[in-house]
Amino acid sequence: MTEDRGRNSIRVDLQLIADMIEPGSRVLDVGCGDGALLENLAQLKQVDGRGVELSAEGVNACVSAGLSVIQGDADTDLDDYPENAFDFVVLSQTLQTMRAPRKVLENLSRIGRHAIVSFPNFGHWRVRAHLFFRGRMPVNDNLPYQWYGTPNIHLCTIRDFVLLCEEMGITIQRSISLDHRGQVRRIGGHLGSANFFGEQAVFLLRR
Amino acid sequence: MDAPKHNTGRTAALGIADADAPFPGRRVVLGGDKPLRLDCGVELRDFPCAYQTYGQLNEAASNAILVCHALTGDQFVAEAHPMTGKQGWWEQMVGPGKTLDTNRYFVLCVNILGGCMGTVGPQETNPGTGKIWGLDFPVITIADMVRAQAMLLDHLGIDQLFAVTGGSLGGMQALEWAASYPERVFAAIPIATAANHTAQNIAFHEVGRQAIMADPDWCGGDYQSHGKRPHRGLAVARMAAHVTYLSEPALHRKFGRRLQDRDRVAFGFDADFQVESYLRHQGTTFVERFDANSYLYITRAMDYFDLAQSHGGVLANAFVRTPVRFCVISFTSDWLYPTPESRKIVHALNAVAANVSFAEIVSDNGHDSFLLDEFEFRNVLGGFLTGAAEHRGLTINGAPARP
Repeated sequence: MTEDRGRNSIRVDLQLIADMIEPGSRVLDVGCGDGALLENLAQLKQVDGRGVELSAEGVNACVSAGLSVIQGDADTDLDDYPENAFDFVVLSQTLQTMRAPRKVLENLSRIGRHAIVSFPNFGHWRVRAHLFFRGRMPVNDNLPYQWYGTPNIHLCTIRDFVLLCEEMGITIQRSISLDHRGQVRRIGGHLGSANFFGEQAVFLLRR
Repeated sequence: MDAPKHNTGRTAALGIADADAPFPGRRVVLGGDKPLRLDCGVELRDFPCAYQTYGQLNEAASNAILVCHALTGDQFVAEAHPMTGKQGWWEQMVGPGKTLDTNRYFVLCVNILGGCMGTVGPQETNPGTGKIWGLDFPVITIADMVRAQAMLLDHLGIDQLFAVTGGSLGGMQALEWAASYPERVFAAIPIATAANHTAQNIAFHEVGRQAIMADPDWCGGDYQSHGKRPHRGLAVARMAAHVTYLSEPALHRKFGRRLQDRDRVAFGFDADFQVESYLRHQGTTFVERFDANSYLYITRAMDYFDLAQSHGGVLANAFVRTPVRFCVISFTSDWLYPTPESRKIVHALNAVAANVSFAEIVSDNGHDSFLLDEFEFRNVLGGFLTGAAEHRGLTINGAPARP
């Protein structure tokens, strides 16, 4: 797994996701923001892309750019989609903001042949250190909000996420962590170290 | 009137103006070869159909956008109304360089079946009896309106619309188009609308109809042969309906509790308040251009609209395997067809994994927002159209559709 910057420059974690998606596939991006990933996938991988986004600004930007995006809430609006409607369903940096992350994860793996989930790792050593030494909720580049204003209501560690997948019978096909310098590592059998050094994680999942 | 022989050359078919028509503009007689079979079972033959076009149909006839007008709208989308002289109802949207860019698209608008601007309706003559139709006119549905439009497209030699759009009743027609003729629609943009009329929608329409029918000049629907027009009833219907097109904040902003040409209330039933004066004006100007029986028939068609019911009770069934690209648009302050109604459409489209965009535009102008120049609305609609044109591979004079 090599980092592939420079192409149609998108965020590193989005690029990692884009690299997991097969050309020409059907993709649903849940929490697609301003549509950067969808736009990238449409141009470089000719995917048939759709998006769901909560914010009106995000939706308007996407639709104005010709992307097929609906204003909606992943907590409530994923129930309607039929099984296997998409090849890939993407949830990037959004799981931790869901009211019911487990239900969302169930929906993702039901709707897509594959699900790709990325999230900030609450097990990262800086987070642990912040809490341990300062005794305060961590605020950093990945988690930029104060505790009283954060949309991140269900933070988890990489280990938490792996355990939930096991419990739900979801297969982890690939897992990658990103450290604070943007270095990409396979998590594979090194769960403990990934959970300590990884600032973010990207998982490719299959039912 | 010209005889509607099947598309004998596009220029000829498009260039027709009808000298006998009551209004300027294009008008053809449809249903000569094959009648229009209505949902109620009646067949309409040789019926006039009035429409207007803007821009040029390209060689492949692939750049047509059908704009469907609302209850009291008409085919004069982007030009002065022939009776009132007011600018076209979507003139800020349709024209060269505008959102529906007539340099790129061929924009078509048809006066709906049952309307009163040249297409057959209750005020036209029944060819079977030689008398005015009046209440003998068959009750029509939105599916009937769409069937008539499809016949016009056949006449014009347009196999597939690039897009069909409209607000309110126009949005219902856009939905019906996508459900009835999915292969003839590349993109559908239902705006400020619903897949069925709610009890509240029906209730407001019933108030309007009862106002018309309570006017003695309505004459049991036969007012034309008595040389009368139920102006008072129709004006009240319009006043009640007009309130539902606005919003409390919009009314407050425009009028508040301000008085009309006076410093204090007059302790009478004159129009003390500006809002009263405004509504009375809306009523009186409306009756000059609209037919009361048309109002009855069209509101009835809207009340009967229930796309789920006509597809086994499940809205999603209306769109199974649809190839149509959808863009559903609602407005935050629209309480006539509120956002949850649009969301129902979106959920149904999601359930069949259709290609759908959905935006709720923030506006406090109520249902009428779709008629106004709302910046975000224009961006969303224009962006969707441009994206769809790219997917359609639409070229204008050999150049790609993106300007």
